[in-house]
Amino acid sequence: MSVAPTNADLAVDETPAAPAGPTGDSPRRFNLNLRQSGIYIAFAVIVLLFTVLSGGDLLAPQNISNIIVQNSYILILAIGMILIIIAGHIDLSVGSVVGLCGAVAAVLMVNHDVPWPLALLITLVVGGIIGAWQGYWIAYFGIPAFIVTLAGMLLFKALTLMVLGNRGIGPFPDPVRTMSNGFLEGYLGNIGLGPLGGADLFSLLVGVIAVAGIVFTQWRTRSGRLQYGQAVDPMPLFIGKILLSSFLVIAVVTQLARYKNLPWVLVLLAFLVLGYSLLTNRVVFGRQIYAVGGNLQAATLSGVKVKSVIFWIFVNMGVLAALAGVIFAGRLNQAGPTAGNQFELDAIAAAFIGGAAVQGGVGKVVGAITGGLIMGVINNGMSLIGAQSETVMFVKGAVLLAAVAFDVWSKRRAGASR
Amino acid sequence: MSDTILQMQDITKTFPGVKALQDVNLTVRRGEIHAICGENGAGKSTLMKVLSGVYPHGSYDGEITFEGEACRFSGIRDSEHRGIVIIHQELALAPQLSIAENIFLGNEQATRGLIDWNRTNHAAGQLLERVGLHENPVTPIIDLGVGKQQLVEIAKALSKEVRLLILDEPTAALNDEDSAHLLGLLRDLRGHGITCVIISHKLNEVMAIADRVTILRDGRTISTLDLVEDEVTEDKIISGMVGRDLDHRFPPHEPNIGEEVLRIEDWTVRSPTQHGRVMVRNANLSLRRGEIVGLAGLMGAGRTELAMSVFGRAYGTGISGRIFKDGREIRLRSVRDAIKHGIAYATEDRKRYGLNLIEDIKRNISAAALGRLANRGWVVDENEEFKVAGGFRESMNIKAPSVLSITGKLSGGNQQKVVLSKWIFTNPDVLILDEPTRGIDVGAKYEIYTIINRLADEGKAVLVISSELPELLGICDRIYTLSAGRITGEVPRAEATQESLMTLMTKGTE
Repeated sequence: MSVAPTNADLAVDETPAAPAGPTGDSPRRFNLNLRQSGIYIAFAVIVLLFTVLSGGDLLAPQNISNIIVQNSYILILAIGMILIIIAGHIDLSVGSVVGLCGAVAAVLMVNHDVPWPLALLITLVVGGIIGAWQGYWIAYFGIPAFIVTLAGMLLFKALTLMVLGNRGIGPFPDPVRTMSNGFLEGYLGNIGLGPLGGADLFSLLVGVIAVAGIVFTQWRTRSGRLQYGQAVDPMPLFIGKILLSSFLVIAVVTQLARYKNLPWVLVLLAFLVLGYSLLTNRVVFGRQIYAVGGNLQAATLSGVKVKSVIFWIFVNMGVLAALAGVIFAGRLNQAGPTAGNQFELDAIAAAFIGGAAVQGGVGKVVGAITGGLIMGVINNGMSLIGAQSETVMFVKGAVLLAAVAFDVWSKRRAGASR
Repeated sequence: MSDTILQMQDITKTFPGVKALQDVNLTVRRGEIHAICGENGAGKSTLMKVLSGVYPHGSYDGEITFEGEACRFSGIRDSEHRGIVIIHQELALAPQLSIAENIFLGNEQATRGLIDWNRTNHAAGQLLERVGLHENPVTPIIDLGVGKQQLVEIAKALSKEVRLLILDEPTAALNDEDSAHLLGLLRDLRGHGITCVIISHKLNEVMAIADRVTILRDGRTISTLDLVEDEVTEDKIISGMVGRDLDHRFPPHEPNIGEEVLRIEDWTVRSPTQHGRVMVRNANLSLRRGEIVGLAGLMGAGRTELAMSVFGRAYGTGISGRIFKDGREIRLRSVRDAIKHGIAYATEDRKRYGLNLIEDIKRNISAAALGRLANRGWVVDENEEFKVAGGFRESMNIKAPSVLSITGKLSGGNQQKVVLSKWIFTNPDVLILDEPTRGIDVGAKYEIYTIINRLADEGKAVLVISSELPELLGICDRIYTLSAGRITGEVPRAEATQESLMTLMTKGTE
């Protein structure tokens, strides 16, 4: 996300080797970063736009909380989806899986009084089995994911209806509702923030700890890179970035603390985003997903267990879809026959808006989350200004097309300079 | 025969930051075969793209005159309209369509808007006759080999009433037989008044077929030599291409051969696609430490099939036979097993099977041995990865601004160095290099040979598969020949000649 002060038009593919000193930032990185940071700039613009249009309502404490809670399940799905898209596949069935797993959880918790932690665990296992079923056909049998998951979309929808008997099941136990819809307790009481009024001290502390974590890890990464003589951002830019991200974290946390503390799903999401970012960036398995998506044959001949990688990312998608299913059902306090309808489209759109490439091999968890939030802010912002649902749909479609068009265009431009 | 059909004068083409062509001059006479030689990146392809209108008029400086008229093409259609047809290295045929459909793609034989299939197939049949391809015009392209596909491309060009035919590396993917047929066809076309421009790395072909040759280096014209009138040697062309005299095309090497490290016994491999077809039959092979061994064979002899089946069964079904590593029998069920047992295989097709072209150098080098960079096999140490890749960039002389450069943008020679780095990083005892210098320029070839020698000096065994016999004779200590899936000979370098190898390579095939 660095915007180094280099001449963007200086993309040279065969320049003689320059020493990779701390200042040896190549022009290529600039282009790439422009492509990657475009999504964050777009997000900022969209937030700003709707803040102005809604007269500031968008950033009100309760609304920020709403945006997070209302989009949590899409964001969870987007994390699973980005892995699949990086590997060069697609999953059209996640909406149906969300519905089915919500129904399974409801039957277990409501009809059979299974203790909720056990029921949650069983539901996640069911999700994993569904993923394994699809992963088997795709990875080992060799049917395109598009077909397998299109079939899955129908199969799991049908199973949902069979499990539910075409009616809603509820209400859910309190802990499940709290997980989906509730907030952390104010363990340390409130604190006055002058003109901003009262805010929860514990939430603020979590925010401060998060900022400290950002500063610490960024600093450690930077000094590690310097030790190895790698290019890093110049110090002012580095500090600027840290200040910006710290400010954003503190601003969001403060608004949430002024409302009802941190939502539980936000805590869950934070752990998922951190965990999956680590997985994709640095864990061997995660790196192999990129290798598979970038060049399947080359990955195979490099000793990557290609089939097993593909199988497990679908298992993972199934588990995350089950989690999203429970959260969605808990939020509505009922598992219904229409639960999960068209969620797959939102999750796929989030991944592509977030910079994933249609051919595979490219994408980031943080990008998918940002893509999901862009969709969420558009939904929320347009309902704040009283737009009709067809208008919202139209705008979302246009944004998706524009995002991918930008990606294709910038890639072509990079290619043309060869 | 000295009138000029094409004159390109003072062509200069600039990309942001790079001058790809500078004041290039090219004069092609009517009815000649004109070769263009130059290292990769010398500007050959760029020049041809300027000529064919891929880079439209206005995006370059200079004048193009074709058949006495100035040309200002704004696209390929314009140049094709004037009878200039270019056949690219990567063939542009639709695999599922028939030969006839491909020949008339974009030029459909229609009456009143409906395609006349009888006319199409008949006309295609006549064109196939002309290029000497005996196939039914309704055969799908996918059923043809590369050599025959090349002929279909030429037939397609002929259907457009071509006056100037440009071929970019036409024989790069062909075996000797198909190459010979293609070159014969070009001579034949010359006899019928079609002028050819041929871009080639294979100097023996250039010597055999071309009337004149223009040498490019670093985007400039170095010279145009007349091969018919003057005495021109391959070495003279090479020295023009690289800008220095190449006394030796192969670096000298004193082998230091140790004990046997890999032995393959009674190895048989069957085709996974054609049921029951035996690709390799009862092959026996032995490699020793510090030894560079060649594997010679015509295309289709089963060289790649043999190598890949040994490399953890990456190819083939119904594989039988035994593999011994350091005297002990091993079983390799997967590529992972092979890598674990110290065997590496660098593919003949690095773009399709060797590299992740959208990733950077660093991640490609680490791809086959990520575990070596990971703490407890889990989390990759990216700083260490950077350091390792940087080390290879230096030791292998990979010419790129940094290890963060995308491999898809490197030249062929540098891509090959990345592939080799990847395999060296797996710390192998045996390296199988399949066509390690295919499609890379003379200077980079020399570097690759030096690397191969260095690997042997480190006590590794290297098996080099190559279509170019001079290359095998130049670098190998011992050469196996393969013909129709059987090992037909094993010859020490001192006793091998191109002729004796070729005899063995064609033995028993009839």
